[in-house]
Amino acid sequence: MIPAAFDYTRAGSAEEAVSLLSQHGDEAKLLAGGHSLLPLMKLRLATPALLVDVGRLGELSYVRDEGDHIAIGALTRHHDLVHSDLLRQQVPILSHTAGLVGDPQVRHRGTIGGSLAHGDPASDLPAVVLALGGTLVARGPRGERTIPATEFFRGFLETALAPDELLTEIRVPKAGGGWSYQKFNRRAFDWAIVGVAAVADGGGRAAVSLVNMGPTPLRATAVEEALAGGASVAEAASHAADGLDPPSDLNASPEYRRHLATVLVRRALEEAGTR
Amino acid sequence: MTVNGKTYEHEVEPRLLLVYYLREVLGLTGTNVGCDTTSCGACTVLLNGESVKSCTVLAVQADGADITTIEGLAGPDGKLHPIQEAFREHHALQCGYCTPGMVMAVTSLLRENPHPSEDQVRFGLEGNLCRCTGYHNIVKAVLAAAAAGAGSAPIGAGTAGAVPTGGAVAGGGAR
Repeated sequence: MIPAAFDYTRAGSAEEAVSLLSQHGDEAKLLAGGHSLLPLMKLRLATPALLVDVGRLGELSYVRDEGDHIAIGALTRHHDLVHSDLLRQQVPILSHTAGLVGDPQVRHRGTIGGSLAHGDPASDLPAVVLALGGTLVARGPRGERTIPATEFFRGFLETALAPDELLTEIRVPKAGGGWSYQKFNRRAFDWAIVGVAAVADGGGRAAVSLVNMGPTPLRATAVEEALAGGASVAEAASHAADGLDPPSDLNASPEYRRHLATVLVRRALEEAGTR
Repeated sequence: MTVNGKTYEHEVEPRLLLVYYLREVLGLTGTNVGCDTTSCGACTVLLNGESVKSCTVLAVQADGADITTIEGLAGPDGKLHPIQEAFREHHALQCGYCTPGMVMAVTSLLRENPHPSEDQVRFGLEGNLCRCTGYHNIVKAVLAAAAAGAGSAPIGAGTAGAVPTGGAVAGGGAR
C-alpha cells in the first residue's frame, strides 16, 4: 500500500515546525516516528498535503528530573522510556508500559508525543499519562501553554492540540507507590482489547484509567469514588464500566468489554496494592 | 543513505517507503514485504543498528542513515554471521519468507541483550510472525547464537557488493 502523494519537509527546530504548521494550517501534519500516521496514510484514511518531519529534533528527546515531576520530551521514543533509569525509578508504570507498546521495531521508532497526539483510545500511554494526572506542554505561534491530561483527549483521534501547535513535553508526577498496568489482547503485538492503568496513593485510594472503553482514554471515576468511599477492591472494580459505552469490533462486543473491564480493574487494584 | 556499507544517493518521491527503495531502487530483494501493515516483521532491517519495519518508514526519513539488510550480514568472504549459522544449524526456517526479517530482528535483539532468557527471546520477537509456526526452532537458534556470542559479532563486510547472494545466505531465499 502506497500513501497518496504529499510534500515533505524536515523542520530544523521546534520554532520552524510551528511556523510551517501556521503557514499550512490543517493541510499539514507533523511526522515523528510515523507509526500511527503512516499506516493511516497507507490506508488513505489520512491524506495530508504536507508532512513536516520533526523526527530529528533531538532537543525534544529527553527524560529530566524537575524536582516534583519528571519532564519527558515529546520525541522521546518508547525504547528510550523503557531504558531510562530515571523513569524506571521515579515513574515505573510509564517505563514498564512503554515496553508493552507494539513490538521492539515499533518501539525503536514510535514516540510518546506521537502516541498522545494521535489520541487513539486503544493506545497504552495516553491512559497511563491520564492515570498519573500528567500535564502536556504545547507550543504554537502564540507561545507555550500547558494542558492537563484530563482535558487533552477530546474524541476519537481528537485532542486539544490546535492544528498549528506542536506537543513538546509531557510532565508526570513522581509515582513511587503501587501501580499496575493490565493489557489484555489476543496477539502479542496488538492493541489492548481493554487495558487498565492504576496508580495507588498509599492511603487506599487510586487513580484508575481505561484503555479502549470509549472514544477516548477514560478515568474510571466510579471506581475511584468507590475506593475513596471505603469500598473493597472487588466492590470498587464492579463499577469499572458504569456509564460507559465501549466499542464493538472484531475482537469484542461491548458486553465483553464491560465484563473485561471489571476483571482487569480488580487485577490492577490488587497488583497496585501489593506492589 | 548508507546500505550495507555502500553509500547511495537518489532523488525519490516523499511517499516512497524504505522497503521499496531497498527492493526496487537498489535491487536488494532479500528484504521481503509481508503484511505491509507493520504487523508481520518480514521487512525488518536495521536503521542505525536498531530493528525497524521498513514498510512503515519513508525512504526520506532514512536520509543519511546507516541501513543493514539481510544481504549485509554475512562477511565479505560469504562466511555466515553467527545468527545465520545458528538458523541453518537449528533448521529455524520452513518456507523462509519470514527469515530475513526474523534474522534482522534477532540481530537487533542480541545487540541490546546479548544473553536473553527464552522468555526474553519470545517476547523480543513478538513483532515477527512465522506463518509456518516454526517458532520453537527459531527460539533454539537464537539461544544458540547468543551462547556463541552473536550479540557482539561484527556485522557484514562494509561492502555490500562483495557479499555473495543466493544459497550461501540463510534467509536470502523466498524472493
